[in-house]
Amino acid sequence: MQRIGVFVCHCGSNIAATVDVKRVVECARLEPGVVFAEDYQYMCSEAGQMKIADAIKREGLTGVVVCSCSPRMHEATFRKCAEGAGLNPYMLEIANIREQCSWIHKDMETATEKAVVLMRAAVAKVNLNVPLKSGESRVTKRALVIGGGIAGIQTALDIAEAGYEVDIVEKTPSIGGRMAQLDKTFPTLDCSACILTPKMVEAAAHEKIRIFTYSEVEKVTGFVGDFTVDIRKKARSVDIDKCTGCGVCQEKCPSKTAKSEFNRGLSKRSAIYTPFAQAVPNVPVIDREHCIKFKTGKCGVCSKVCPAGAIDYEMRDEIITEKYGAIVAATGFDMISLDKYDEYAYKKSPDVITSLELERIMNAAGPTGGHLERLSDGKPPKNIVFIQCVGSRCADKRGKSYCSKICCMYTAKHAMLIRDKYPDTNVTVFYIDVRTPGKNFDEFYRRAVEEYHVNYIKGQVGKVLPQPDGTLLVQGADIIDGRQVLINADMVVLAAAIEPDPTARKLATMLTASIDTNGFLTEAHPKLRPVESPTAGIFLSGVCQGPKDIPETVSQAGAAAVKVIGLLSKDKLLTNPCTAKADELMCNGCSACANVCPYGAISYEDREVRGIGVREVRRVAVVNGALCQGCGACTVACPSGAMDLFGFSNRQITAEVDAICR
Amino acid sequence: MQIEKTAHAAENKEWKPMIVAFCCNWCSYAGADLAGSSRLSYPADVKIIRVPCSCRVNPMFILRAFERGADGVIICGCHPGDCHYTTGNYYTRRRMALLFSMLDFIGVENGRTRVEWVSAAEGAKFSATMNEFTAKIRSLGENVRLGDLRCRN
Ligand SMILES: Cc1cc2nc3c(=O)[nH]c(=O)nc-3n(C[C@H](O)[C@H](O)[C@H](O)COP(=O)(O)OP(=O)(O)OC[C@H]3O[C@@H](n4cnc5c(N)ncnc54)[C@H](O)[C@@H]3O)c2cc1C
Ligand code: SF4
Ligand code: SF4
Ligand code: FES
Repeated sequence: MQRIGVFVCHCGSNIAATVDVKRVVECARLEPGVVFAEDYQYMCSEAGQMKIADAIKREGLTGVVVCSCSPRMHEATFRKCAEGAGLNPYMLEIANIREQCSWIHKDMETATEKAVVLMRAAVAKVNLNVPLKSGESRVTKRALVIGGGIAGIQTALDIAEAGYEVDIVEKTPSIGGRMAQLDKTFPTLDCSACILTPKMVEAAAHEKIRIFTYSEVEKVTGFVGDFTVDIRKKARSVDIDKCTGCGVCQEKCPSKTAKSEFNRGLSKRSAIYTPFAQAVPNVPVIDREHCIKFKTGKCGVCSKVCPAGAIDYEMRDEIITEKYGAIVAATGFDMISLDKYDEYAYKKSPDVITSLELERIMNAAGPTGGHLERLSDGKPPKNIVFIQCVGSRCADKRGKSYCSKICCMYTAKHAMLIRDKYPDTNVTVFYIDVRTPGKNFDEFYRRAVEEYHVNYIKGQVGKVLPQPDGTLLVQGADIIDGRQVLINADMVVLAAAIEPDPTARKLATMLTASIDTNGFLTEAHPKLRPVESPTAGIFLSGVCQGPKDIPETVSQAGAAAVKVIGLLSKDKLLTNPCTAKADELMCNGCSACANVCPYGAISYEDREVRGIGVREVRRVAVVNGALCQGCGACTVACPSGAMDLFGFSNRQITAEVDAICR
Repeated sequence: MQIEKTAHAAENKEWKPMIVAFCCNWCSYAGADLAGSSRLSYPADVKIIRVPCSCRVNPMFILRAFERGADGVIICGCHPGDCHYTTGNYYTRRRMALLFSMLDFIGVENGRTRVEWVSAAEGAKFSATMNEFTAKIRSLGENVRLGDLRCRN
């Protein structure tokens, strides 16, 4: 039998004004197992906690019930106090008689009756509590960052600067992400490469950072502090240690038909290539689909011209296995496909382009050498129409329900840059709303309108019709003037919605991190834990969590790094002891529990089971206490009633039900 | 089926519904706390049991509650997609659909059982739900049809 002490808090008048605390104390004294009960003004105060601690020692209490505010408020406080007095903290339960009683009831009689019932339920539970001990798990002091865009680079740099090792896994041949494709960046209009390249180089040179480009995460097992990750290093066909990055191979490669991914397909590249000149690492890869040597067995030009002897056609994918304490997802985004948007004639006319394509066209290293020209005839456009919100804020199923957040600003940027460089070009922007919250953002947009005289029209475009003379007839609406607008444009730029990288979904499954309906990785709490995923040890950085511009991405990347550093700075982690456990005698090894566990915490082992008249080796469910988060899904799925949850056991909850329905 | 008179009715004491609410720790229990701190009242007939996740609610607990004389049982969890453990409430939804139809068959009509999604921010929804649910139970009256199954001490 337990020796339980019940402590009823007045919470000043918060509880005492509606609940007759003395009566609760009296009733408590009659409950089975209760050997001591008292009330006090403020249980959570130092004096109140002293009362609990003293009573534990004096009365030799084995269990405690505090009737007070919500356990979400002070459960930790009181458990710590109990622990200080030598009692196992999990022998203490709270009866919530404030939020769920005194604050919502006015009548003293009713509230007191309810408080007594809540107290009884807590006492009934504590009667069945058992001491629990948090396990300890070790922390591998190294982090993995998946995705080498600005988000991943920044997170890695911040973690490395704190003295921890970081690996970056990037699926393309170079780090840099989308930012490397941009020309100039709002709101300052500084050149993207000028601010990004130094960071890329810094990351590559950092002694604590290893970069695996052209690589992907293949498998993730383990849990916070102790992840094991298989990384597939795709065959580059070029020895990264020998290559000096001279670039002769790319020049001499006779296969020049592949579309450059970096230039969004607007130019061609060789089969052996680096995506862009400032690539990090500056080591090419052979695209085996376009390589003549791989297709026909003949050629081998690159191998002949390479002065370093770095070409290796025999190279194979390599899988390396590494251990990490924390994982950061920084997989970024892509633009949506415009297949479903026939009305804008994107497929039909080469002069209808996306904003990201425009970034490449405006870039000096881009397909047109930085000259703004029509892709159809190379002529400079005189009338450019921008269409915003293509696929963003979309009510129908074609597009995305959310605002892509960056398009208003980059469209203003594009419009302004064009008007600045080509003052005799007319620029019109169709918008639904212009959204410019952000430091110096509205000022930026107003400059586009006031200083650069960009023609902003509130309204949507219904159709873009390619004309026989090569122009594009844009049919739009001006909803402020309430009229139809027809513009003969020679270039149309679509601010297409952005969406999470298509690999994010698969990755989320691997990481048991959750994603929202739009495919963005979900944060643990939208306001209070924005850079953590609900799965312990997994963190989020950049656009993979939701649309962001660069300043926001960088701040979030830093925040994610801080969380990682906080985790890696610990030598051991305490695990939640309220975990599941299967009764080996009752378990029949059916796997029902493992199938519902969201964390893969349940495995099976052949164990010798001993009971009355039983002694045999059986396949039984074994819960990994470090992985189990204590949801309880398995306990209900188990058909033999073998699985139970510490802290919320079947018997404890049943006892609470009984106490309430007495 | 013969409807039995229960102890309460025999004593002619005013009948008060006995309602058990299982609330998951992460959303609905917090929603209940918010209802409290916003002073949004609901009847004292509702007594909350905290569970880590709605998926921890074993149908046995609900059967037990009815067996012990509960007049209504409500399970509250995070909105679909928001479960702290990602998928828990999907299990709840399916399990309870099955359980409730069985309960209906054995005499606990559907109005006495309910699953409701209440987020940590929905104090008002929590209170409104409990008011509504209690009113429903009151309109259904005492849960006597399970008389044969009910334990008598
Ligand atoms: C047209 C356009 C113009 C813009 N202009 C501006 C501007 O002027 N100013 C501004 O502040 N912002 C601008 N932005 C926004 C800016 O591009 C983003 O904020 C920024 O790139 C986000 O960085 P990120 O690292 O989160 O994502 P990304 O840049 O997308 O990087 C993600 C990286 O992860 C890699 N990756 C993805 N999946 C995997 C995987 N499974 N495994 C390994 N690697 C993976 C990708 O290859 C990529 O390298 C613009 C965006 C667009 C589309
Ligand atoms: S309680 Fe939840 S997390 Fe733990 S083993 Fe069971 S299903 Fe998995
Ligand atoms: S569901 Fe129950 S019986 Fe089946 S393996 Fe899991 S613990 Fe054992
Ligand atoms: S944690 Fe709320 S329903 Fe699972």
